[in-house]
Amino acid sequence: MSGPIVKIDGVAKSFGAVQAVAGVDLEIARGELFALLGGSGCGKTTLLRMLAGFETPDSGRIVIDGQDMTGVPPHLRPVNMMFQSYALFPHLDVANNVGYGLKREGVAKTEIAERVAAALALVKLDGLGARRPAQLSGGQRQRVALARALVKRPKLLLLDEPLAALDRKLREGTRFELVRLQEQLELTFVMVTHDQEEAMGMASRLAVMKDGRIVQTGTPHDVYERPATRFVADFIGVANILQTAPRRWLALRPEKIVLAANRPATAHAATGKIVDIAYEGDRSLYRVAIGNGPVMLVAQMNTERVRESHRRGDAVWLGWSDDAGQPLEE
Amino acid sequence: MTIGRARFAFTVLAFGYAFLYLPIALVIVYSFNESRLVTVWGGFSTKWWIALFHNDAMLDAAWLSLRIALVSATLATALGLAAGYVLARVPRFIGRTLFASLVIAPMVMPEVVMGISMLLLFVGSDQLLGGPERGFLSITAAHVTFSLAFVAIVVQARLADFDRTLEEAAMDLGATPWTTFVTVTLPMIAPALVSGWLLAFTLSLDDLILTQFVAGAQSQTLPMRVYSSVRLGVDPQINVLATIVIAVAASTLIASTVLTRRIVDKRGAR
Repeated sequence: MSGPIVKIDGVAKSFGAVQAVAGVDLEIARGELFALLGGSGCGKTTLLRMLAGFETPDSGRIVIDGQDMTGVPPHLRPVNMMFQSYALFPHLDVANNVGYGLKREGVAKTEIAERVAAALALVKLDGLGARRPAQLSGGQRQRVALARALVKRPKLLLLDEPLAALDRKLREGTRFELVRLQEQLELTFVMVTHDQEEAMGMASRLAVMKDGRIVQTGTPHDVYERPATRFVADFIGVANILQTAPRRWLALRPEKIVLAANRPATAHAATGKIVDIAYEGDRSLYRVAIGNGPVMLVAQMNTERVRESHRRGDAVWLGWSDDAGQPLEE
Repeated sequence: MTIGRARFAFTVLAFGYAFLYLPIALVIVYSFNESRLVTVWGGFSTKWWIALFHNDAMLDAAWLSLRIALVSATLATALGLAAGYVLARVPRFIGRTLFASLVIAPMVMPEVVMGISMLLLFVGSDQLLGGPERGFLSITAAHVTFSLAFVAIVVQARLADFDRTLEEAAMDLGATPWTTFVTVTLPMIAPALVSGWLLAFTLSLDDLILTQFVAGAQSQTLPMRVYSSVRLGVDPQINVLATIVIAVAASTLIASTVLTRRIVDKRGAR
């Protein structure tokens, strides 16, 4: 069957006086790794929970693989979820945790054993089936949760902040691992995250949410290079937002600006004084004050090893080309 | 200074233990008393132990008490689980406040009042329906009524700090609400149910006041039997009985502690 795997039509949901999701329309294609990105309270988790069936929309409808999900309880949906807390059953061992969903389907015991072993191998946890969740490290628990959600071969896998509970080193590796699994299994993943770096690095497409609405949908490249609003420009990465005219702004990414001692040969240039330098090893971030006007953030790669190229207090030129910035109207 | 402090601490500890356990130790020691008099030591003997095991009235009473305690604790656990579950999980329904206070009421209501109301109930039902006979059934019903409150509170407390996402995960994996309850919720709150059952069992086993109101002329529970025999003059058999009860209670307590710790160890600190 073709067509989108998920179709969300004017879905809204309120909790008491708080409107968590305020009318969302969204289509997610088969085989996508789609990210819902936004700050806390933007409605992304509520939207995910409505896909899983834990919350019922007040209005609108959700169609998964051509089937209207209105009134379908969680246990009858072709969807599985990996919870932020992992939600592993502490009274069951790893194999029984992973096999729980298959058992509910009435799959034969021998087949359960095979599929559980295969799922554990997929997440590189072979031979840990007899352990209890309490005996596993955080990273291993995350893998068990993933195996448990994957073993039922869902049409749609939902991931709620999949990397939030991991430490930084582990997060990097797991990120690639998740993308590899998603491509290898040709599944559709929908993940929720507040971490724009995570969303950018993993997703094939993402939606930026704010106040219960989707502000912009697109590929990471689209959203980063062509933000639709000042909110998106500021939320995704870092941007210098310059007011060019009343209700007209220009979003200029720090790495699109050149910093030089003399006037660079770019279409636009300005002089300023370095007020601050953050040295990050591979690159440095400069805060440059333009006259009495705005302070611009400029990023430069540190390609030279021997000396620091600029010092605090230096008078410098900033330059950027015609197409370096994204004009904004909102 | 430190020696003085250690000695002081030791003395305090000794007093504390003596305060708690000396009466119990005395009962155990005096159960092996030769003398007829409960408070005078007359040498070692096991004759009162033998006498107790031939005391049919006492054994009948003990057997009745045990049956009542087993049945009422089990019923109270089942009903208390239902009540506690509703109180913890259903935030709003008609009469919720009334229901919540009615569940707790037996804990705070004087037992005499409960006894009278129960007696009126059973007399009334006897006249209208011709039953239940006052004895095993009426006593069990009365015990269930007040001990289910304790189970309900234990269950409600356990469910209040229960991680709901575990239930959501089960449903997400295809479990119906009922399967979720049986395979996830129930095993998770099992320790609370065990302690609730033990509580109900103990409450039933030693209840005297309420039981006296609802027991018929023919049925006597162990506490009633003990109480009436004490009024007629105490016999060292009482000490033997007390020793047995202490042994049973202590081993149950130890068993449940060990069991709970084993479960907790297995699951690890959540």
